[in-house]
Amino acid sequence: MATPRHYGEILSDGLWANNQALVALLGLCPLLATTTSATNGLGMGLATMAVLTASNGTVSLIRNWVRPEVRIPVYVVVIASFVIMVELTMQAYFYNLYQVLGLFISLIVVNCTIIGRAEAFASKNRVDRALMDGLAMGLGSTLVLTTLGGMRELVGQGTLFSQAHLMFGDAAKVLTLDLGEGFHGALVAILPPGAFIGLGLLIALKNLIDQRARRRVPRAVPVRAPTPTHAAAGSPGSAAA
Amino acid sequence: MNKTPMYLAALVLGSFAVAGVTLVAVTHAAMDQRILENARLAMQRKLEVIVPQGQFDNDPLEDRILVSNPGLLGTAETQVYRVRRGGQPVALILNPVVPNGYAGPIELMVSVLHDGTIGGVRVLSHHETPGLGDKIEEAKSQWILTFDGKSLGQPPPDDWAVRRDGGAFDQFTGATITPRAIVAAVKNALLFVKDQGEGLYAAPPVEPQSTKESS
Repeated sequence: MATPRHYGEILSDGLWANNQALVALLGLCPLLATTTSATNGLGMGLATMAVLTASNGTVSLIRNWVRPEVRIPVYVVVIASFVIMVELTMQAYFYNLYQVLGLFISLIVVNCTIIGRAEAFASKNRVDRALMDGLAMGLGSTLVLTTLGGMRELVGQGTLFSQAHLMFGDAAKVLTLDLGEGFHGALVAILPPGAFIGLGLLIALKNLIDQRARRRVPRAVPVRAPTPTHAAAGSPGSAAA
Repeated sequence: MNKTPMYLAALVLGSFAVAGVTLVAVTHAAMDQRILENARLAMQRKLEVIVPQGQFDNDPLEDRILVSNPGLLGTAETQVYRVRRGGQPVALILNPVVPNGYAGPIELMVSVLHDGTIGGVRVLSHHETPGLGDKIEEAKSQWILTFDGKSLGQPPPDDWAVRRDGGAFDQFTGATITPRAIVAAVKNALLFVKDQGEGLYAAPPVEPQSTKESS
């Protein structure tokens, strides 16, 4: 895959074209396990994003110093250090959320997204772009985690952001949406199968949107062709590309 | 092409390990106090809801003993917090473990007032099925509050069971095993307190909770 050239491209890669959760399908273990509510998904996503950005930046900084034969162990050390720091910080400032996400925060160490971006992007790019890539990829994953969490919470429990105050304090209670006592929901959404079904639906939706977009492009080409005479002479293949 | 001496590679890796450990150690030192304080506050909030409001003046977290009665309390070692007012006993808070939950052990917190009635029961951790067994959580259902004010005389000991077993306590639709196990565990906690009597208040407290609680 060609390396993206500018920030906009890095951002759109992370959010859409190469979304780590929907396209690369990396980091699925925490994705499936922690998305029982929108708040949990958001918390997990932000923690992952913090680690990803920090590790991308560091890996890029040291990319000319680290010998290739030890680079993977070095990345692992870097990532593990950042994960423990995030974990301690969460325990200190978001204790209640940590109680919910607990185990999965440590598991960020083995999230393939992070070592994947270190190896595929950060080790070959300037620091600013590596940081941007970390932010973009992290943001893309966070969006998917939060959306999936929201879907599961809404269908399974009839609420949205029900424990947002664990993360942002009492002010965040305004975010909470409750469909009311009468709503019993489909329990399957909260249970593990709901995670797989939900993720499947999200991937299908993304592919559908991409397909629509692709179908629209060829129709646009003749309109954009600079000079009609040349377009007629050129092969149809080049016009479509 | 890349004939790096091996020791150089080891040096690089080693220095990163040292740097990583240093960073983690610094973070830990900076956060440690705050984390301990968080854990203490969280525990305190849990204790406070199951003892009478404003009826005590000691810090139960500091007035703690360890007891051992796996038969009644489910684990090899159980914490008992003593709640007092002006030195007089008010309540005991035990944290028994229910070994026979539907999907693994359930950790409880039971407060037994000095007159033998229950001040409150809460579930600290469990692995019950979401939507069925998890109605034992206060956040999901009022069921756990039905223990408030009960004692070994009210209902009589034989009625300490779920209705399906001829007892006085409701079960939930679709989940009998979980409530059955909890009713039995709460009854056992009451039996333990009755059996030990004043000795639980009299025993000297163990060391104040120290850093090993942090994990």
